[in-house]
Amino acid sequence: MATGLQGAQAEPKKSVTIVLFSGDLDKAIAAFVIATAAASMCMKVNIFFTFWGLNAIKKKSGLIKGQNWMQKMLNIVNYGHARKLALSKLNMMGMGPAMLKTMMSKKRVPSLDEFIKTASALGVGFYACEMSMTVMGLRKEDFIDECRDVIGAVSYISIARDSNVNLFI
Amino acid sequence: MDFFSSLLKPFGKREGIMEEFAPDKTLDARGLSCPMPSVKTALALEGMVPGQVLLVLTDDPVSQKELPLWAEATGNKLLALDREEKTIRIFLRKG
Repeated sequence: MATGLQGAQAEPKKSVTIVLFSGDLDKAIAAFVIATAAASMCMKVNIFFTFWGLNAIKKKSGLIKGQNWMQKMLNIVNYGHARKLALSKLNMMGMGPAMLKTMMSKKRVPSLDEFIKTASALGVGFYACEMSMTVMGLRKEDFIDECRDVIGAVSYISIARDSNVNLFI
Repeated sequence: MDFFSSLLKPFGKREGIMEEFAPDKTLDARGLSCPMPSVKTALALEGMVPGQVLLVLTDDPVSQKELPLWAEATGNKLLALDREEKTIRIFLRKG
């Protein structure tokens, strides 16, 4: 398991914990900009994906997931992965994200996909929320390999209470 | 002049800076925007030995302020900073 960058300082590493609740592209990018910046500063970074935020770490596969008809319907309507997320504003049936992606690549801002790879290379920990996974009928296999573990609220709090920066996005 | 206003002061080109600091490695981060210059710098320094000098080239104006703060937070030393037209040259010594 990657442990992140080793800083020169002797004191214990400072840490950042981010809860990504939102499944919107813009908010996910904001979370990853902060995560990668903090990881580059030799800080320990953990991102806890919950509810709609789980879409950011879903694999690009399978439209129908879940055990019963309600879960199946939810997963069809809520289909998404890192390359297919909507904007929180000005989505315009997908035109907004397409335009934003073009604008970002022109300015050489990484895409969400690249941000996930960079963050993972820098040792950022990705954790999925167990409860929202169960509710939505998702399994660990539905998430990308970078997702380290499936954890609950207690594990999240035990990480978050020792963190210097805590964000809920 | 306090620390923060010293960061904002305009930098010009400094003659003989390359000979003075003799960088062991050069990172061309031109064209990249926040937060990639500091991410690339962190990755470049990761493969270096303490005491070696890294030269970062960037044209992101905010990096002029950010990389000195980044160096301070990570225990690396900012040696010098200069600017030639759009390119900002930042010399860092790995701590």
